[in-house]
Amino acid sequence: MKVRAGYGHKRSALAPLDYAQRWPLKLWLGAVLVFLYAPLVTLVVFSFNQSKRNIIWTGFTFDWYRKLLGDTDLLHAFGNSLMIAMLSTLVSLVLGTLAAVALWRFRFPTKTLFEGAMALPIVVPEICMGVAMLVFFSRILPWPADLIWPLNLGAIVISHISFSFPFVAVVIRARLASFNREQEEAARDLGASEIRAFFDVLVPHLQPALISGALLAFTLSLDDFVITFFTAGPDTITFPVKVYSMVRFSVTPEVNAASTLLIAITVVLTAVALKLQGSDVGKSGGHG
Amino acid sequence: MTQSLPLIHFENVSKHYGAVKAVDNVSLTINAGEFFALLGPSGCGKTTLLRMLAGFEVPSEGRIFIDGVDMVNVPPNKRPVNMVFQSYAVFPHMTVADNVAYGLKIDGVPAAERKVRVSEALELVKLGEFGARMPDQLSGGQRQRVALARALVKRPKVLLLDEPLSALDAKLREAMRFELAQIQEKVGVTFVMVTHDQDEALAMACRCALIKNGTLQQLGTPSELYEYPANRFVADFIGSVNMLEGKLMGDERDSAVIDVPSYGAKIYLDHGVTGATGAVVWAAIRPEKIEMLPRDNMMPLEGRSSPAGHNILQGIIRDYAYLGSETVYQVQVGQQIMRVLRYNTARYAEREFEIGQSVWLCWHPQAPAILLQ
Repeated sequence: MKVRAGYGHKRSALAPLDYAQRWPLKLWLGAVLVFLYAPLVTLVVFSFNQSKRNIIWTGFTFDWYRKLLGDTDLLHAFGNSLMIAMLSTLVSLVLGTLAAVALWRFRFPTKTLFEGAMALPIVVPEICMGVAMLVFFSRILPWPADLIWPLNLGAIVISHISFSFPFVAVVIRARLASFNREQEEAARDLGASEIRAFFDVLVPHLQPALISGALLAFTLSLDDFVITFFTAGPDTITFPVKVYSMVRFSVTPEVNAASTLLIAITVVLTAVALKLQGSDVGKSGGHG
Repeated sequence: MTQSLPLIHFENVSKHYGAVKAVDNVSLTINAGEFFALLGPSGCGKTTLLRMLAGFEVPSEGRIFIDGVDMVNVPPNKRPVNMVFQSYAVFPHMTVADNVAYGLKIDGVPAAERKVRVSEALELVKLGEFGARMPDQLSGGQRQRVALARALVKRPKVLLLDEPLSALDAKLREAMRFELAQIQEKVGVTFVMVTHDQDEALAMACRCALIKNGTLQQLGTPSELYEYPANRFVADFIGSVNMLEGKLMGDERDSAVIDVPSYGAKIYLDHGVTGATGAVVWAAIRPEKIEMLPRDNMMPLEGRSSPAGHNILQGIIRDYAYLGSETVYQVQVGQQIMRVLRYNTARYAEREFEIGQSVWLCWHPQAPAILLQ
């Protein structure tokens, strides 16, 4: 036993994952991290800089955030973004779940076609989606500009749904693969109607995927610039579009502060999504 | 023990999947209070029969009655049957008690009564202490008990069990056999079990239906299936058997002789066989019904009650398998191999037979089952 343990120890020093212990790789890892995060860190740090120019550090301040809160245009854009994200998440979640369940459960002649069509919004370049939406809303479904808030956001909400619901469907579909259909039959056998069995057995199984799918749709919508830029009107500016218009004059610390806020929201939501998916992996492992 | 009132009736039931006939014109009756087994090799259609009883499959032809009611158009949630699934299908997001209570909740049973019935059901399957646990804190055997309690708590007319013991290890399987039989006796519910394991069916069932390729081969008690098989498939599927193909020579009212040239054997029976003289028949002889004696002894008394030269063979032991309680010998007779089983009744006995030893094989005139097909 002792000999084998010693041998095992020697082996573990050569294990594939331990190559990261060697110094050239550590250096490489460090360089990658710097390239990835240095710009973001700079952005966040300079949002607290007293100087109006983004070059020299002169002192710590919350002024830019205070100024941000006083900027009604920016707050309005932020409100738009949140409303759009919430509406498109809600609809994407229902549509994506139903699409995933339909493709998982039924066999029908055009199934492959549907599966391909679902993936299309994921692979089509955003700029093309944006132009397509612009054409669609100017020629086919002109969205009236003078509707009350939030109805005037309709065009943006619809375009956001069209690119986020396939992501929801993909997440749900992956989760469905691990569903034991005998559980649904058991619920039916115990007296549940089909609808009841769906909500009592399938929805609880899908819950982690529903949450992470919703967060995915929410962050996708909140962050989207390209497609929104083509569908937004003068009254329906979103947060990313507003930040872009501010940058066009100069990169002020105010823009830094706005971007930092957006990063913070996105990071928190993504972390929550990852955590939920992580616990989901542990759980399904436990069930065997 | 059981009153034989018919409860379930399959009437010319068939199920086709495209050109494949999963179930082909099956008619059978299952009595109230019975422990009934649908037995057969995998893919024979037994699970389809069970699923048709539960309502998850609709027969292509024929009708299914439960307690006199035609079930064909009744959805699964409206049938007086409950099922223990092969995977147990315990709901992972509910506690054990909530799992058991699920069916009662749907039926609108008041909370107080529900609680009493759930704890009764959990006591029945010896999980009284486990109500608050989550399913992933249970072993496979315990999860099966939850599934059993969840089905029985609804007091169904019929309990369906899909391969109930297949996922358990050998020791637990044997214990569970007895326990399932005990539970069945206690609750008095009709149990219908699907299994591919003949031992399981023989040990637990009052009656079995043996199915092959979607057709019913034989319906009977375990001993009827074992001792009076209807055809070669049944004889071969249930237990182990030596199948001797021969010609029916003499067929009197109280005796018959079968000539088996490939073994050089003449089989004498002390009862008549309803077959034409010269017809091909099969004599199925169970390994434990053959007597084996060392050749160096004198010739045995002609297989006791058979005429000279009948029901006796010479052979050489080629191999044996020691199985603890018994030993199975492979004895070469002519160019054929016969299986002979000897029980190891004495503990310190020397090995009776060795490989290469010459032996006599003989059997009683009633030992072979004569099969016409």
